[in-house]
Amino acid sequence: MIKEQTPSDPTKTAAGELSADVTDVKNAQQGPGRRHGRSRLTAGQKPRWTAWAVAGGALIIAAALMALIGFNIAGWLIITAILYVVAMYVTTTIMENRRKATDGLWTNLIVGSFLIALIPLISVLWTVISHGTPGLTAPGFFASDMKGVTGITDQKTEAGDLPLIGGIKHALMGTLLITLAATIISVPIGLLTSIYLVEYSNDNSLSKVIRFFVDVMTGIPSIVAGLFASGLMMFICQKILQMPPGSNVMGFSAAVGLSVLMIPVVVRSTEEMLRVVPNELREASAALGVRKWRTTLKVVLPTAISGIASGITLAIARVVGETAPILVTAGVALSTNFNLFKDWMMTLPVFIYRQLMNPTAPMAPTASEERAWGAALVLIIIVMLLNLLARVVAKIFAPKTAGR
Amino acid sequence: MSTTTAPPALSSGSSGRAGDKFFSGLTLAAGIVILAVLAFVAGFLVLESVPALFAPADQISAGTSFFTYVFPIMIGTLITAAIALLIATPIALGVALFISHLAPRNLAKPVGYVIDLLAAIPSVVYGAWGMLVLGPLMVPMYDWLHTYLGWIPLFGEPSTTGRTLMTASVVLAVMILPIITALSREIFVQTPKLHEEAALALGATRWEMIRMSVLPFARSGVVSAIMLGLGRALGETMAVTLVLSPGILTANLIGSGNQTIPSEIALNFPEAFGMRQNELIAAGLILFIITLLVNMVARFIVNRHKEFSGAN
Repeated sequence: MIKEQTPSDPTKTAAGELSADVTDVKNAQQGPGRRHGRSRLTAGQKPRWTAWAVAGGALIIAAALMALIGFNIAGWLIITAILYVVAMYVTTTIMENRRKATDGLWTNLIVGSFLIALIPLISVLWTVISHGTPGLTAPGFFASDMKGVTGITDQKTEAGDLPLIGGIKHALMGTLLITLAATIISVPIGLLTSIYLVEYSNDNSLSKVIRFFVDVMTGIPSIVAGLFASGLMMFICQKILQMPPGSNVMGFSAAVGLSVLMIPVVVRSTEEMLRVVPNELREASAALGVRKWRTTLKVVLPTAISGIASGITLAIARVVGETAPILVTAGVALSTNFNLFKDWMMTLPVFIYRQLMNPTAPMAPTASEERAWGAALVLIIIVMLLNLLARVVAKIFAPKTAGR
Repeated sequence: MSTTTAPPALSSGSSGRAGDKFFSGLTLAAGIVILAVLAFVAGFLVLESVPALFAPADQISAGTSFFTYVFPIMIGTLITAAIALLIATPIALGVALFISHLAPRNLAKPVGYVIDLLAAIPSVVYGAWGMLVLGPLMVPMYDWLHTYLGWIPLFGEPSTTGRTLMTASVVLAVMILPIITALSREIFVQTPKLHEEAALALGATRWEMIRMSVLPFARSGVVSAIMLGLGRALGETMAVTLVLSPGILTANLIGSGNQTIPSEIALNFPEAFGMRQNELIAAGLILFIITLLVNMVARFIVNRHKEFSGAN
């Protein structure tokens, strides 16, 4: 009865595969599964401990293989993983059926890809924390800049005659000021644009164009944004304001470059938040005779403020780590500069880059590397704090929905 | 900016109307500013590139013409991005499927957050990691590849520092992984529950359900997610600048050599002046056009997809 139903080639079509499975289950009920004395429902399934047994076997065989070609932990784990996936496929094919085996194979591969994705994350975080802590804990790391730090002092540091001197005060200040300026430029433009898109445009063709190009803008390479800002400020300073050449290299140029990167992020996140504000609120406000602009400012924005604030925080977190646009606009500096509109300025990412690529003492780069990793740790902490803040802000300002 | 709106008087209709007009005008202006900025970026790049595009041969750093200068670094950019994409795409799709369909509900959220962490790490930190940690780790592998597969031109004389195009591509792959993951996860989640349940009810295993209902539904979205990842990989600067020790275009992926456009600009622009500056801006224009095309195609696919999936 059962045999007659088996299709000639169950692999060809989906339906074929499904009916093949039905056959297999029925086969199994009468087949070897019974012998284990389990219920009819679980008969024909491989026992629970199969996976552990296969994993153990894979570990042992991989260890044996590695012993032949020279043992190292990474290779051992990789070979174990490959053996495990293959062996599970074969075992399941024999004990259950090919479809179950394929399912298991892909499940293993998908989980495996997730584990692979974790490796670089853990490696990066571990490297930054372990390499960065010595620099970070060096006295005066936050309080001093790189003025007076020369190749000679760095060589003495490496030889152990001097403690690590020099710090990131100038870079930290530059990062804060430039990011603040970029935020001040981008937030009003981004906020107003998204209000236009949601509240005023009625989805006309202009709004479609704006939305499309905002999306496209999110893909502008950061270096191109930097080139644009650099060239624009060069034009404004030299051709219009008649300032001497080179005066366009300043913190504000960098802020313009970062704004180009930040505006689209702000627009997109704010637009999404404004869209989820229920229309009933707008209608209720309009029914009370409130003008649209006041409705927008007093009803729509406060309702969406949690999402907007967290979106802006995430946008800041994104630009705070940008290097390329600042490198070509604000240049590099050794001393602290508080003036956004004059002279070169340093930021944390550029500081890291310069310390790694052009160590203060080319023959003794250890000190520079230590400073770079310390700065990297500070930068990552800032970015993570901003990400955390975004989540907290979204929670705190979230509209109270309990009453509705 | 917005503080200059009309005084918040409850009073007469006329002031309210003025406020309305003013406010809507203001928002419209902001929208137009954005379009203007994009137009400016494009216009400025073209304007500043023109001198380099038509410059006499002796003023160009490559000697003959701008295109012989930009061609090798353009190819370098494309190769790096392509390898990064090859590595990142399967892993990213796997992670996205893991989060959307495999992981237990209470695990999926923290896992998504962990992947977002990958996206939050600044590119310069990735660059530093690739330069000082990943590069040296890759050296034994490069030696092995050269010893056993050295007859393939891709695996020529290996670098001793590991600062090669291949390492740069791996770093880029790590950087674009969270982008592709986040976008495709969003699309996988949108698969109509009925399709999935129907597949399962017919007796499909979980993988068959994914293959028959989730993947066909998500195909166009995944393609655009990959293209957005490509756009990011093409424009990424610092990771490549730090990792790669640049040189002339070569087929050898595991030795030093090759260069990408963004890295070339970042390395040379701070010290450039005169024609060299125009030349680098022209290279930036090429990069801008490539990424613009990639992004526009990707967005076009996304937008079309949105209309289809409006039902859920």
